[in-house]
Amino acid sequence: MPTEFYRSHILLCNDAECLAKGAQEIEDALVAALDANGLRDEVNVLETSRLGHCATGPEMVVYPEGITYIHLTPDAVTEIVNEHLLKGRIVKKYQFTGEARKDEELRAPAAKEMRIIMARCGVIDPDNIEEYIAEDGYAALAKCLTELTPRQVIDTVLKSGLRGRGGAGFPAGKKWEFAADQKTDTKFVICNADEGDPGAFMNRRVLEGDPHAVLEGMLIAGYAIGAHQGYIYCRAEYPIAVRTIRIAIRQAREFGFLGKNILDRGFDFDVELRIGAGAFVCGEETALMASIEGKRGEPRPRPPFPAVAGLWGKPTIINNVETLANIRNIINRGPEWFASIGNEKNKGTKTFTLAGDVVRTGLIEVPLGITLGEVVFDVAGGIKHGKKFKAIQTGGPMGGCIPEQFLETPIDYENLAALGSIMGSGGLVVMDEDTCMVDIARFFMDFTQDESCGKCVPCRIGTRRILEILERICAGEGEESDIERLEQLSKSIVAGSLCGLGQGAPNPVITTLKYFRAEYEAHIKDKKCPAKVCKKLITYRILDTCPGCMVCARNCPSKAITGERQKVHWINPDLCESCGICMSVCKFDAIVVE
Amino acid sequence: MDDIVAQLTEINKRLGYIPRAQVEQLARELKLPPAKVFGAATFYALFCTQPRGKHVVRFCEDAPCHVAGGRAVFDALRTALQIEPGQTSADGVWTFELTSCLGVCGVAPVMMVDDDVYGNVTPARVAEILASVT
Repeated sequence: MPTEFYRSHILLCNDAECLAKGAQEIEDALVAALDANGLRDEVNVLETSRLGHCATGPEMVVYPEGITYIHLTPDAVTEIVNEHLLKGRIVKKYQFTGEARKDEELRAPAAKEMRIIMARCGVIDPDNIEEYIAEDGYAALAKCLTELTPRQVIDTVLKSGLRGRGGAGFPAGKKWEFAADQKTDTKFVICNADEGDPGAFMNRRVLEGDPHAVLEGMLIAGYAIGAHQGYIYCRAEYPIAVRTIRIAIRQAREFGFLGKNILDRGFDFDVELRIGAGAFVCGEETALMASIEGKRGEPRPRPPFPAVAGLWGKPTIINNVETLANIRNIINRGPEWFASIGNEKNKGTKTFTLAGDVVRTGLIEVPLGITLGEVVFDVAGGIKHGKKFKAIQTGGPMGGCIPEQFLETPIDYENLAALGSIMGSGGLVVMDEDTCMVDIARFFMDFTQDESCGKCVPCRIGTRRILEILERICAGEGEESDIERLEQLSKSIVAGSLCGLGQGAPNPVITTLKYFRAEYEAHIKDKKCPAKVCKKLITYRILDTCPGCMVCARNCPSKAITGERQKVHWINPDLCESCGICMSVCKFDAIVVE
Repeated sequence: MDDIVAQLTEINKRLGYIPRAQVEQLARELKLPPAKVFGAATFYALFCTQPRGKHVVRFCEDAPCHVAGGRAVFDALRTALQIEPGQTSADGVWTFELTSCLGVCGVAPVMMVDDDVYGNVTPARVAEILASVT
């Protein structure tokens, strides 16, 4: 059916809040004013849900100009019709001029950013399927079901070059192909939403902001491989994402996108939500499946790969949230379009979370192949407080720490691996000159030894031993043979572990040994922490400039500071635990660490 | 299929922890060896098989919080609560736990008291936050 041609479109908000403030009278007045000016056939009035300025409603947006008018009254709309629609003059006094919509996590994209996966996050209402549909939602599913065979869908994904965004970078189309080749009636599609990497929250944001894009990806995957049941495995630490997914599944069922005979094409598919209970290793695909089956979430050897024998022994594909969110765009805009973004072997965009000592932390989406330096300095605005860049850790706790000389390296699967790091799911932690790399390595080993599920001995005991050695070094009790011991242990853990956790666990140690060996040596030989972080190797001292305000003495948890009012204070080294609270509360910069 | 993890989550939420009797009862209902259910109950960090305090304080121990000054907050928490992670205070008011990343690293360091998340925590704010709960 051809769309009628209108000169202007008006979107009038009629959500509950605006209705309560008189949106219905506004609409009546608007229609009356249009009739009075003979504009009824030229201006299309559409009722829509929340436009985003609820506090200032009732509101409307006039297109093609995209002008938002707020605080509407019947008199105001009459004036707007007379001025704006009849004479083309914007009525400034009702115009909304503030920033579009505040989103604390997702600021306006920086130069070099490219928003595709997160294009709708913070723009549409995730709890309203109609807003998703208005953004071509489920059009890709319709296209697959009506125009493409499952084989053609797989070919399209293969051609796009999309690689799994969970970290390993396996071609998504290949995975689907393996599962499609299995001749059995029962197959499963799992969306891995167990985003556990510290500092990584891009999947949470996509689930909270655009859940239907993920559901649509799962549906298309199900159609492609011949599955009728999907599971979303989401971690319990994400209560808002869990709520959003529940609403999205319910609405998709109501609209007939999930269930039996979808879009009348004889395709059945439903999705169930499973929630984790706090186990990092469950992000590993075989552990995740064990958890869905109600077992301890421990990985198992592969092969058989999940695509052959997965959940309850049936062929299963497990894709990351972001991988699935990419699918609709590939179908809608074509594999060539997708493949035009990125570099030779790495196509499309990737979301990252930036944490640590950069000016702008938070979520970003950039084309693959952008350099580390571009992300740190152009996208994230450089290092905080004018300090010097020291290292960037990519890929979460199993990633490596990359030093300054490699800032020109493109971010892609191959180049990061060449530096001893990984892409991972996309957590980036930037560290400034005040960071102790031995302490950082110790810190990550503390994490991995804690999260090691315990099944593989090298991982369970090896990570523990590495941690003990690092703790000793940080405490100033390191021995010269420790460095060699760390290198040997790391090798054994990588070789003797089943899953990515164990295979990646020593990466922070291996890379810091490789790029920051001098710091290890300073700790071991000179008993010094060059970054002044390791408590046992530093002392706090009060300078003579201390005005004797007594704030430090009051705040010291170990009662190690003595001194009278307006006299220089003194830290008793026997009592001091080097917590640094005194230095952080001193307003006169009179406390130094050495 | 019975979702054991979901059922354990429900018990853990309702009672604050998963008592042995509940493990055995669930095993009977599902016709599974109790060891299987107990295995799951002890595997996941969010499950607890010991009674916990009235309020559970969780501190994020992960990298983004660590580099944003999390360690000073952690020390302040230990001092304020007078217990170590994994312990419950003698008066039964506080349980102190560590948590993995809560995914709100934009406001690191982060701590939780029961179901509420607190961001941009400083050592000075710790006492204030704890006082607001009791």
